[in-house]
Amino acid sequence: MKRHFQKKLSISYSLELIGAYLLAALWILPLLYAFWAAFHTKEYAIHFELFAPLTLDNFREALSQAPFLRYGFNTFMVLAFLLPLQLLVSTLAAYAFARFNFIGSNIAFSLVLVQLMITPEILIVQNYGTLTSIGMVDTIAGIGLPYIASAFCIFLLRQTFKSIPKELEDAAQLEGCGTMGILWRVYVPLAMPTYLAFSLVSVSHHWNNFLWPLIVTNSVETRPLTVGLGIFGAPESGVDWSLISAATLMSVAPLLIAFLLFQRQFVQSFMQAGIK
Amino acid sequence: MLMETHKRHLLGWALFTPAAILLIAFTHYPTIATFINSLFSNSSIIRPSRFIGVEGYQDLFDDPVFWKVFSNNIWLALGTIPTSIGLAIIMALIVNKAVPGRSFLRIAYFTPTMLPMIAVANIWLFFYAPEIGMLDQVLGLFGIDSHNWLGNPSTVLPAIIVMTIWKEAGFFMIFYLAGLQTISPELAEAAELEGSSRWNFFWRVQYPLLLPTTLFVLINAFLNSFKLVDHLFVLTKGGPDNASNLILYYIYETAFSFLDISYASALTVFLLLLLAVTALAQFYFVDKRVHYR
Repeated sequence: MKRHFQKKLSISYSLELIGAYLLAALWILPLLYAFWAAFHTKEYAIHFELFAPLTLDNFREALSQAPFLRYGFNTFMVLAFLLPLQLLVSTLAAYAFARFNFIGSNIAFSLVLVQLMITPEILIVQNYGTLTSIGMVDTIAGIGLPYIASAFCIFLLRQTFKSIPKELEDAAQLEGCGTMGILWRVYVPLAMPTYLAFSLVSVSHHWNNFLWPLIVTNSVETRPLTVGLGIFGAPESGVDWSLISAATLMSVAPLLIAFLLFQRQFVQSFMQAGIK
Repeated sequence: MLMETHKRHLLGWALFTPAAILLIAFTHYPTIATFINSLFSNSSIIRPSRFIGVEGYQDLFDDPVFWKVFSNNIWLALGTIPTSIGLAIIMALIVNKAVPGRSFLRIAYFTPTMLPMIAVANIWLFFYAPEIGMLDQVLGLFGIDSHNWLGNPSTVLPAIIVMTIWKEAGFFMIFYLAGLQTISPELAEAAELEGSSRWNFFWRVQYPLLLPTTLFVLINAFLNSFKLVDHLFVLTKGGPDNASNLILYYIYETAFSFLDISYASALTVFLLLLLAVTALAQFYFVDKRVHYR
C-alpha cells in the first residue's frame, strides 16, 4: 500500500498528469477563444486583456443579420421528422432480419450493408436529381429523406434483437401476443439502450450535417443551422471575428449544452455504437 | 405448416419493404444511375445526350485537377490518420485511469467531435489569419514572420491537416476506450507484480490487444476522410489553385457550379470504386482478425 502511494507521487506520474492537462488545454483552447471573441468587442478579439469589458452585442448583431432562431427551428424540424422515421423503418427491417428467416434475407441484408460504405453524402448529384423529380427540393423532408433507411440503425437493432432470448417471445405468444405485439411488447422495450445510443449518434450527426442540406435548401424557411452559419461566415460580410464567433457559438450551443449535461450517455452511446 | 412458412416469408418481406424502397431509391438506384450517366454526355437544348462510353473516364485521367484533388485526399489521410490514432491512444490511456479530473479531461478531448465542421472552420479561420491570427501572433513573439497559412499552396494542406487532427482524435479515443475496457485488469496486476514498466506493459500487452481496434479505426477513418469537405466551404473553397481541393468538393463544384453532370458522375464512380476496394480490404482484415483471436 505504501509503495503504491509513493508511486503515485513519483515524478513520472506528475509529468504524465501535466501532459494530460496540457493536451486538454490545447484541445479546448480554440473553443475558449471563440467564447472570448463572442463576449468581447471586435477590438479585443485580436488582443487579449484580462479585464476587457464583456458584451452581448455580437449576439444581438448576429441575430439581426441572419435568422439564427429560424435556422435552429429548421434543424430541430429535420430531426423531428427524421429520427422517428429512422427508428420506425429500421425497427421493422431489423425485426425481419433477426427473427424471420425469409427467402433472400441474406442477400437483402448484404444489400442493406452496402449503405454503410456508400453513404448518401457520396451520391449527392444523383439524389439531388431524384429530389428534383419528386418536387422535394427545398423542403425539410427532402433534407431527411435519403437518411431515413439507415443501414447502421438496422444493423445495430438486428444485433440487439438477436441477443434477446427466444423464450421471451414464446412466453408472449402464449399470452396471446401477435407478431407486432411481440415486437412492441418484448423487443422494443428490451432494446431501449440501443435506441438511445443510436438516437444520440444520429442527432449529433444530423445537427452537424452540412453538404446535403446546403445542396437541397435555398430559403430561410428550410435552411438548417450549419448551412445558415456557412453562408454567414462568408468573407463578404467583412471579417468581424467577434460576430462570427457569436454566430458559431449560437449554432453549436444546443448540442454542446446537451453534450455537457449528458456527457456520460453521449460517450457511452458513441462507444456502444462503435463496438458493434 | 406450409401455410406458416409462407406467412413467415411474406411477413419478413413486408416488414423489410419500407426500408428496402428507401434504400433502393437513395442508395442502389443512384449508384447504378451514376454509372450510366458517366457513360453519356450532358444533354443541352441544342444537343441531346449521347453515348460516349469510357470517354468521361479518359477525360478524368487526363485531368490534372482530378489528380491534384485525389493526391490531396491521400495526403490528407496520411497526414491526419496516424497522428490522430497516436493521440487517441494516449488520450484513451489517460482517461481510462483514475486520474484526478478525469471527466474534465474526457470532455476536453471529446468536445471537438461534437462540433460541426463548419463551426470548426470558422474558429480555425481566425487562427490561421495572416498577422492578426492567433498563430501569427504567437509565432510573432518568437520573431517569426507572418504567413498567409491558408493562402499559400505549400502550407494550406498542412494547416487543414492540423485542424482535422484536432477534430478527429477525440472521436477515435472512444474506440480505444472501448478496446481498453475489454482488457482484463488482471493483466495489469500481473505486470505490476512482475515489475514491468508502464512502457513495457503498453507495448507488450495493451498495444497488441488493441490491434483489432486500430485496424477498425484505420479503415473507417480512411473511408471517412473522403467525406470530410465541409470546412472547404468556409476556409479555402478548394484553393489556392486547388491546393486544398478534395474529390467530394470537386464533385460538388463540377455538378453544381459547372453543371457538368456527366463528368461529376465519372468522378463519383471513381470515388465509389475507391470506397468499395477499401471496404473489401476491411472484410479481408476482419477475417484475419478472427484467426488472430
